[in-house]
Amino acid sequence: MSLAELICPAGTPAALRTAVDAGADAVYCGFQDATNARNFPGLNFTPDELAEAVAYAHARGTKVLLALNTYPPAGKVDLWRQAADTGARLGVDAFIVADMGVADYIARTYPGIRLHLSVQAAASSPEAIRYYCENFGVKRVVLPRILTIPEIRQIRREIPCEIETFIFGNHGLMVEGRCSLTNYLTGQSTNMDGVCSPASDVEYVRDADGSMSSQLAGFTIDRFGPEEKAGYPTICKGRYAAPHRPEGYYAFEEPVSLNLSRLLPDLIEAGVHAFKIEGRQRSKSYVRGVVRAFRAAVDDIKAGREANIADLIALTEGQKQTQGAFETKKWR
Amino acid sequence: MAVKTMTQLTLGPIAYHWPAEARRDFYARIADEAPVDEVYLGEVICSKRAPFHEADLPATIERLERAGKTVILSTLAEVMLKRERKATEDIAEMDSPEIEINNAAGLFARGKRPHRIGPFMNAYNEATIAWMAGKGATHVCLPTEMPAPAIGAAARAAGALGLGVEVQVYGRASLAVSARCYHARAHGRTKDNCQFICEDDPDGMPLRTRDDRPILRVNGIQTLSESYVDLLPEADRLVADGVTHLRLMPQAVDMVAVAQVFRDVLDGRVATGEADSRLATLSGDAGLSNGFYHGTAGYRRIAAAAPT
Amino acid sequence: MTPTSESKVRVRPGERAIARLACLAVQPLLTRVVRRVAAQHPSLFARLGPHQTTDFLIDPVELPFALHLRPDPQALVFRAVPRDTAPQAGATIRGRFLLLLELIDAEQDGDAAFFSRDLEVSGDTEAVVRLRNALDDMDGSLAEETSAMFGTPGRAVLARLRRAYTDATKPREYA
Repeated sequence: MSLAELICPAGTPAALRTAVDAGADAVYCGFQDATNARNFPGLNFTPDELAEAVAYAHARGTKVLLALNTYPPAGKVDLWRQAADTGARLGVDAFIVADMGVADYIARTYPGIRLHLSVQAAASSPEAIRYYCENFGVKRVVLPRILTIPEIRQIRREIPCEIETFIFGNHGLMVEGRCSLTNYLTGQSTNMDGVCSPASDVEYVRDADGSMSSQLAGFTIDRFGPEEKAGYPTICKGRYAAPHRPEGYYAFEEPVSLNLSRLLPDLIEAGVHAFKIEGRQRSKSYVRGVVRAFRAAVDDIKAGREANIADLIALTEGQKQTQGAFETKKWR
Repeated sequence: MAVKTMTQLTLGPIAYHWPAEARRDFYARIADEAPVDEVYLGEVICSKRAPFHEADLPATIERLERAGKTVILSTLAEVMLKRERKATEDIAEMDSPEIEINNAAGLFARGKRPHRIGPFMNAYNEATIAWMAGKGATHVCLPTEMPAPAIGAAARAAGALGLGVEVQVYGRASLAVSARCYHARAHGRTKDNCQFICEDDPDGMPLRTRDDRPILRVNGIQTLSESYVDLLPEADRLVADGVTHLRLMPQAVDMVAVAQVFRDVLDGRVATGEADSRLATLSGDAGLSNGFYHGTAGYRRIAAAAPT
Repeated sequence: MTPTSESKVRVRPGERAIARLACLAVQPLLTRVVRRVAAQHPSLFARLGPHQTTDFLIDPVELPFALHLRPDPQALVFRAVPRDTAPQAGATIRGRFLLLLELIDAEQDGDAAFFSRDLEVSGDTEAVVRLRNALDDMDGSLAEETSAMFGTPGRAVLARLRRAYTDATKPREYA
């Protein structure tokens, strides 16, 4: 039974082995280029590393999902096709895609390999999901983190494919795959280059009073007091002044992480097939802690026991967690 | 410069929550005075706003068509709630006017009947455009963040398939959409009890960074650039690369005059340099930018390499 | 390379002699550690990309010296330096010693330590991210390997360090 599969992040081969050993049902990863949405410096896999990773995972009954979830700009589509060819040759279990051209290529060229629809495709209605199912044979959709559990239950009734939802990690606020904020300030695109607040444009400046400024491409997007918890240096987690909020406020979202550990039974009941843990950019330590905790919780729930979730607050952004839209639509 | 009389000027859908009366006046003036060939109507950003101006749509369409403009109805960028699904389906059922689809839910409902692809559909490349053309797309508006080489490659591919190709050349760039309403949030409200506070900001609510630099504009669930995109100096190259339609996004400035500036340049009546300074004046306090086109930070303004 | 003015400010009089002695004492160990890591984990250098020649200053706030790392496979540098003569670094990573050690050993998560402000990063952020990812792809424990090089006494020292670290409930003032 594939119910409540645990889908875990792997930014490096060591993180992949950590996730597998900690009980992942599947790991997701990407190549060291623009073909995936975590194209960060020093992260991800060479083809040789992926080959070893697939062998390691498969020997232990864990699946490997390859993220090809960015949007190739015209003239560069070949890079994505080659990545798909390499992934197919190395025996990955599924491709996670967003772009229709990429989906079409894989569906035609490798009809035997599963296609998962990335959250980057932003399919948030039954009709949108069915479009991808009927045209590309998508087997699973990763839902945007904007839906309530009743809404997920309703979608499940109307679509022919599996549902994967995020349960832990970075809490994206913007509709994925429709965000050019990073490109506006840095010239590097989330959709086309796979970057979000690239480290090359980030600078932390320590002020005399012990506070710290987060700068992106020279814009001070937040300033933290000496004792204040910090977050990622992304535009959507910054503090800004508006005409009637001159003091500055988190215009979009505070530094906070998604943690749905208490909602797992409800999500399973709503028909969610797979739980996704965000964080390919995080360390092995994070992967080990989070995957172990959720492995134990899912096993408890499957065995009919009360799930006892270990405290993961230390790993959260701003050391704060939320259930976001999943709990209440008031979040919107 | 070469005369580009064949190039179509279009007016994109109003992104903001302008009051119904302001919209009526705006489109009356557009119909009577603006040298635009095509006008996109409809609510693209927030489904809660649609009831305020839906009733006026038939009259607005009639007025614009009478003035010789082609009218296209645009669908919502974000489709999640029942009313959003219904609104998208309703437009997808229409035989006329033409429609522009901004969400895959619309593609699903439209099937193979002809339609345009909106800027929120992420038609970034020739493979995707070919796929869409095979499903009935007749026209594609490219994402605003695309750089020149990709625009050229996409436009040539789309042109070869007989599609119209559109690029935004004026107005704030849409940088993100969300399920959360940031206008409501700024006022301590939620999307469900927003009380349409976004109506107070006809050109978006400005955000400034901690070091007091203007950076973004909030428009309900949408986040826009602080600067106005201005590709007037690049119009020549866009057209040479196969772009057939240039899109002006409505801002709270004299859009008739803005359209006239673009038309004058396309028709070879005014030199680009002179026209661009007119455009800067018309745009008031807004900075002008073309960074996306030049493959650099979107907010930047890159000077033309050589005089045209 | 010029000493940073900030480093000078942070050195109290009288500490200099101790710092120099400590550097001399610890240097042979550092040399052995870094050679061993380089030999056993060659893929580390690929993840560093262009930052193989970046000068990193690793600043364990409670130790009398800082560490200068230049992870260039052609000319590897890993040395203890008194703060007042520390080189102008491309990137600086500052935190308590055992936290830094645990980050290297994936006992702790770097992002989490950053969010909690226990870890401070300045200079070239990309360099730091690359170093972090390169080290994180390393299997095994650097702390265990290093302490094992010194047999039972080495392991005892590590255990004592860890206890001391765990006992420290609050980050202390180190500015």
